[in-house]
Amino acid sequence: MSDVTTGELFYQKVNQAFPGAIDRAVEFRGEHTLVIRQASLKDVCLLLRDNEELACNLLEDIVADDMLPEFPRFAVNYHIYSIPKNHYIRIRVPVEDPDDGPETLAAVWPIASWLEIEVWDLMGITFKGNDQLRRLFLPEDWQGHPLRKDYPLGYEEVQFSFNWQAIDAKKPYAKD
Amino acid sequence: MARGVGIEEPGSDKVKELTVEELRAKYGSGLAVQSEENMLLSMGPQHPSTHGVLRLLLELDGESVVNLAPDIGFLHTGIEKNMESKTYTKALVMTDRMDYLAPLSNNLGYIMAVEKLLGVEAPPRAQVLRVILTELTRIASHLVWLGTSALDVAAMTVFLYCFREREYLLDIFEMCAGQRMMASYFRPGGLWRDVPEDFEPAVRRFLDFFPERILEYEALLKENPIFLRRTKDIGVISAEDAVAWGMTGPGLRATGVNWDIRKAHPYLTYDRYDFDVPLGENGDVYDRYRCRVREMSQSVRIVQQAMDSLPYGPVLTDNRKIAPPPRSELGRSMEAVIHHFKLWTEGFSAPEGYVYQRIESPKGEFGCYLRGNGTANPARVHFRTPSYVNLASLPNLARGLMVADLVAIIGSIDIVLGEIDR
Repeated sequence: MSDVTTGELFYQKVNQAFPGAIDRAVEFRGEHTLVIRQASLKDVCLLLRDNEELACNLLEDIVADDMLPEFPRFAVNYHIYSIPKNHYIRIRVPVEDPDDGPETLAAVWPIASWLEIEVWDLMGITFKGNDQLRRLFLPEDWQGHPLRKDYPLGYEEVQFSFNWQAIDAKKPYAKD
Repeated sequence: MARGVGIEEPGSDKVKELTVEELRAKYGSGLAVQSEENMLLSMGPQHPSTHGVLRLLLELDGESVVNLAPDIGFLHTGIEKNMESKTYTKALVMTDRMDYLAPLSNNLGYIMAVEKLLGVEAPPRAQVLRVILTELTRIASHLVWLGTSALDVAAMTVFLYCFREREYLLDIFEMCAGQRMMASYFRPGGLWRDVPEDFEPAVRRFLDFFPERILEYEALLKENPIFLRRTKDIGVISAEDAVAWGMTGPGLRATGVNWDIRKAHPYLTYDRYDFDVPLGENGDVYDRYRCRVREMSQSVRIVQQAMDSLPYGPVLTDNRKIAPPPRSELGRSMEAVIHHFKLWTEGFSAPEGYVYQRIESPKGEFGCYLRGNGTANPARVHFRTPSYVNLASLPNLARGLMVADLVAIIGSIDIVLGEIDR
């Protein structure tokens, strides 16, 4: 688990290099999170990767969160790990407009382009500069982004005798 | 009712001739085609060697792979969205179904995240039993990997031997949890119930005969010239590339990077046991094979030490707000009845906040991001599954090699489609 000095280390380094970038630092259950403004994300991540004391070379995961009804609605979490130093940090970026999301981190950690495809597919946050964003999990012609809170869970309508014809007309199967 | 797909109304023009460019754009799945003269082949979702419903779009120049793009989503069942409408305990059963070859490992990742969020801890006996069962799951998962990937390079004997061993492990899981595969044995606060009396003799017997079985498999494969030709210097990845592309687990350790979460950030009781982390040198298919086989022997060591140090005690925490009381208490105590009622009807609620718990699953780093919002249902669950991230390295591993090598490489990165697609 990160101890306090590790969380402080990250905070100090990032604050020193980019004074206005950090919104706040959160510590919960022994985990440290830096909430970073969307515009400074890529610079902060380059610092995390290139600084010798931080040396964060592994991007573990990009997790998108829909915080409806809070504002800003979306948040993108980057779980970043340093294998040489054995410490980790979470960078959290609040995103107000999903069509105007953070910049892609493919230049920092190449795995980011692959992880961002999932975020776009299921949550709908567009990462600027990532031309690989496409339907990966869902079929190509799917509308909507299922993991959002206003997207219903979705059930299949039960075909009783009174609505058989109506559902049959809409059901996509091979008809003559 | 909810419909995502644009259902065509009857009478619309559903069948439309698509041009080659439109087909490429629609089904190209993100493949940047290098040359118009190369053949595009879909190593389709139904294929005996892709270890599940994985579609690889290959661009082939004769036999060699110029470029490839994985197309996934054939097993996507919306687990993460589904879990948001279940209570924490009920959502547990969905985690088994992700990496279905190592279900207890998924359970562990999720349950530890729930316990972290709640701030409870499992009692010592439960922790050691979790270690034992997780390591047995690691052995079971590696046995399936060994059997299927050896089968892909036509070593059929190994396949049957591995599944024979796995039957014994599945019997042990059935003894504990009632289920061979999707055990859901770990619960928030500990385990579902204590292990029966036959557990210890069964595990001891397994530890007796298994190490020489590993030697049997190695005798079949380790110096087999055909196996060496198929796996040595095939699918090489450097350590920097592996880390940059997020590869974790035995695939990363085969390149020489010494990172195992059980050693780096020990969870449960892993810091008390003496075990090695096997490393490779070249990062090729052969090194990944050697790492996983040696990991099986190390798991045997861990289980041996854990069984020797298994403490007595309860297997479920005393915190009645989280864990249900034993049935015997219900007759005597009103509070127990109330707790039981609240847990069964409403479920426990978690505080607001988000946690990320990482564990070392057989395939790599398995992470669970969990956000609670004060209700009994998780607000957001996300699983960082190792197979999904390791799959991104597949183009780097296979570029320039033949299709037959690609089959060996897919076997070596040990993917499970349930985990990729969720």
